[in-house]
Amino acid sequence: MFPFNLNPTGEFFAFFALAVCAITGAVMALSLAKVVHTALSLAFTFVSLAGLFILLGAEFVAFVQVLIYVGAVTILMIFGIMMTKHRDEERERGRPLLETLAAVFCLCLFGILFFAIRSAGFPVPETALPADNTTEIGTLLFTKYAVPFELVSVLLTAAFIGAVALAKREEEPA
Amino acid sequence: MSMLASYLTLAAVLFCIGLYGVLTKRNAVVVLLCIELMLGAVNLNLIAFAKYGVVPSLTGQIFSLFAITVAAAEAAVGIAVLIVLYRSRATVNVDDYDRLGR
Repeated sequence: MFPFNLNPTGEFFAFFALAVCAITGAVMALSLAKVVHTALSLAFTFVSLAGLFILLGAEFVAFVQVLIYVGAVTILMIFGIMMTKHRDEERERGRPLLETLAAVFCLCLFGILFFAIRSAGFPVPETALPADNTTEIGTLLFTKYAVPFELVSVLLTAAFIGAVALAKREEEPA
Repeated sequence: MSMLASYLTLAAVLFCIGLYGVLTKRNAVVVLLCIELMLGAVNLNLIAFAKYGVVPSLTGQIFSLFAITVAAAEAAVGIAVLIVLYRSRATVNVDDYDRLGR
């Protein structure tokens, strides 16, 4: 019935628990009425994704995920919610045609992706990842990927200066 | 490799949920958050291929680090634009954001 031939290992059970947490957080985010609850539910999804990254042997990316997504992006979104009007969620009237069309479109996309994943043959990798991947990532970032790394830092600086310049209040609102 | 297929399926589920939220939600902050969810699903794909791909390497993890950085910059600029728009329109409904000027 389940399309993958599974072997019940510890990794699979950890994956299953974290996957249930991630999907629950995402679905709850779409169904909750208050916007702050949506943000917190998506933070739960991001924490579950960090757990999946640890399961995949990417500890450094998992910590970066917690720091950036849960620590920065979600808090930034909550600031955005607080600074805008968020108490009018009851005004949400249904748009059944658009929601049905969007649901059909997303289900079709998922069906195509699922069919592609099932029909693809994935060869078994012959090598393994290096064990201390934080050291390896640091070495790679400052040798092979030094130029993209510096470009990304320039991009971040430009984006944050641009964000401050945009959000700075120029004149008093009428 | 069944674990890789499971990870890819989970990423597809999260991506489609995020896409549905982007298409149907009307609060602009929720739309931005759903875009972050889609980017997170893509990062999960990259890291799954970094471990279970044909040639496992750290390139996928470095790609996802860059993607996370760009996503943070996108969220900051998006919230700034949203606050400016909220100041001139007094609404966060994306249906009312039909032009960027006044």
